[in-house]
Amino acid sequence: MTSDLRRRLLQDMIRIRRTEETLADLYPSQEMRTPTHFSIGQEAVAVGVCAALERGDAIYSGHRCHAHYLAKGGDLDAMVAELYGKETGCARGRGGSVHLSDPAAGVLASSAILGQTMAVAVGTALAFAMDRLPRVAVCFFGDGTVEEGIFHEALNFAVVKKVPVLFVCENNGYSTHTRLDVRQPAGVTIQARAAAYGMPSQAVDGNDVFAVYEAAAAAVAGCRRGAGPAFLECATYRWREHVGPLWDHDKGYRTKAEVDAWVARCPIQAATRRLIADGACTQADVDAMTGGSQAEVDRAVAAAKAAPFPAVEDLTLGTY
Amino acid sequence: MAAPRRLTYGQAISEATVQCMEADPSIFVAGIGVDDFKGIFGTTLEAHRRFGDARVFDIPNGENAMTGIAIGAAAVGKRPLIVHPRNDFMFLCMDQLANLAAKWRYMFANGTGVPIVLRGIVGRGWGQGATHSQSLQAMFAHFPGLHVGLPATPADAKGLLVSALRGTAPVVLLENRALYEHEGEVPEGLEAVPFGKGAVTRPGKDITIVGVSLMAYEALRAAQLLAEQGVDAEVVDLRSVRPLDEEIILRSLRKTGRLVVADTSWALCGVSAEVAAVAAEKGFASLKAPVRRVTPPDSPAPVSKPLEDAFHPNPLTIARACLDVLKAGGASAKGVADVQATFAGPY
Repeated sequence: MTSDLRRRLLQDMIRIRRTEETLADLYPSQEMRTPTHFSIGQEAVAVGVCAALERGDAIYSGHRCHAHYLAKGGDLDAMVAELYGKETGCARGRGGSVHLSDPAAGVLASSAILGQTMAVAVGTALAFAMDRLPRVAVCFFGDGTVEEGIFHEALNFAVVKKVPVLFVCENNGYSTHTRLDVRQPAGVTIQARAAAYGMPSQAVDGNDVFAVYEAAAAAVAGCRRGAGPAFLECATYRWREHVGPLWDHDKGYRTKAEVDAWVARCPIQAATRRLIADGACTQADVDAMTGGSQAEVDRAVAAAKAAPFPAVEDLTLGTY
Repeated sequence: MAAPRRLTYGQAISEATVQCMEADPSIFVAGIGVDDFKGIFGTTLEAHRRFGDARVFDIPNGENAMTGIAIGAAAVGKRPLIVHPRNDFMFLCMDQLANLAAKWRYMFANGTGVPIVLRGIVGRGWGQGATHSQSLQAMFAHFPGLHVGLPATPADAKGLLVSALRGTAPVVLLENRALYEHEGEVPEGLEAVPFGKGAVTRPGKDITIVGVSLMAYEALRAAQLLAEQGVDAEVVDLRSVRPLDEEIILRSLRKTGRLVVADTSWALCGVSAEVAAVAAEKGFASLKAPVRRVTPPDSPAPVSKPLEDAFHPNPLTIARACLDVLKAGGASAKGVADVQATFAGPY
């Protein structure tokens, strides 16, 4: 990996973190009236995978989609405006936080229904293969989706039809407030279950952006040369509550010690330490990245607040 | 001008598929058994022979994923035509269909759409029973964003499929197996039948019978029985239920003042309820008598022949409902044979 690429990975994570922490701070003002699932703490998966993709590749996401959208190059202003319900939003105020898309950037869809976009990503990959395009489709989903029937249907189809799709499971250990160990068999990892379908499958530290990138780049290269689907299980952790801007370690379903341990493993702090230690960047560089991203999101928020709401007479527009 | 040409309903579907695939290389056909020796009652055989495995292919079981896969292919420019040999399996498609395909254009609002086409076949009759002879138009019709068509004639089977494969909306087409061998005149070219446009298939002045799918055909036979009783019934074939052609219902109602609705599916929250609601809300002043619905009774479909015969509406039950509305006597059973009486199965 070049130093330029490593700095870019750090920069992209910082940009997503500044965006989400800013939105989380503003969320209680009740101007963003849409259920919002923050990715704070999970940025390395989105950034590491998307850095391995070309602009013409497609990604799909689930309800926790901000980081994926931004990492793939989705328009920041349009995302913030969407959360504010404005006509300038990426879905013109019709979609909200969980339905982000930006087709020009290859962010084709996000959906609040678990597993829905897994099959859709397989379909896009099928179309790429039918047209002999050297493109890859990626689906991001959480560990909760592994329990859905469609997870298995999608993996089965992808392997049988050998389509260029990369499945990326962000295993953050919880489905809403329910721990993984009461939902899935303990003796066999998600990565192993995917491997059992007959595709390359790898477990990776989802808080190490460089490791995620390396694994994704190898998997994507396989997809691109026609080897069929691949699977990554990325272990990571959601810092804030399932939906909403708050910390929730006092609610009883997880401990403060557990949250603190994962915060100490912050993907951005880890990447920063490594780049500074390697001489790839300085603290001043990191401060500049942070300041630049903060200014960018502040401008996006100001623009979103100033933008018009959709016209009520257009309520049903776009149904057909 | 070529002489009128007759095809069966199944042949018309096959022809529309082949001609549309010739015209548009983005169309592909996928479904369980579309490439086998039966070719979905013959409707995909010619397409498979002509276009091969690359564009007509079998799939693993998994209706939910397959619907999503179709959506994902459509999102990047393909036109998938997915075939379900029994529409009852389409309950398994409903998340992808209702929660994503139907909403895609609206909730992403980025100028893209997913024009997938799902064909589902209704297996009504010959003991197909509770899970193979339902007709699910009411469920599909509930969701804004979809088009739902139910062709009753070979020409409409072709024309609605042409519309579906050219349009921008996700489409469900429900085909009734009992209609597959029916013959009718079918245009040779690609003539589209638009969604949301019904047809008056028999003009009349005394009473309107609105039917859908097989019941549009049975309504015509009911009208013949009624003619023997001196009653001149008008028959309206809805052809699609979303969009619903309200104007053709109201126009006929203004003419006759009396309305019977015949549907292949249940009354509660069904298409017959919707048609009755249109009459009540927008045609009340035209009504000379209460609306009557002719539908299956409120139970799952049975298997045993006497029960099955009693379950499905038929020309006699439709005609009797009309006579009730007209406050006339009972119809004679003369000449009424169930549409399926000559069929020896298996489906």
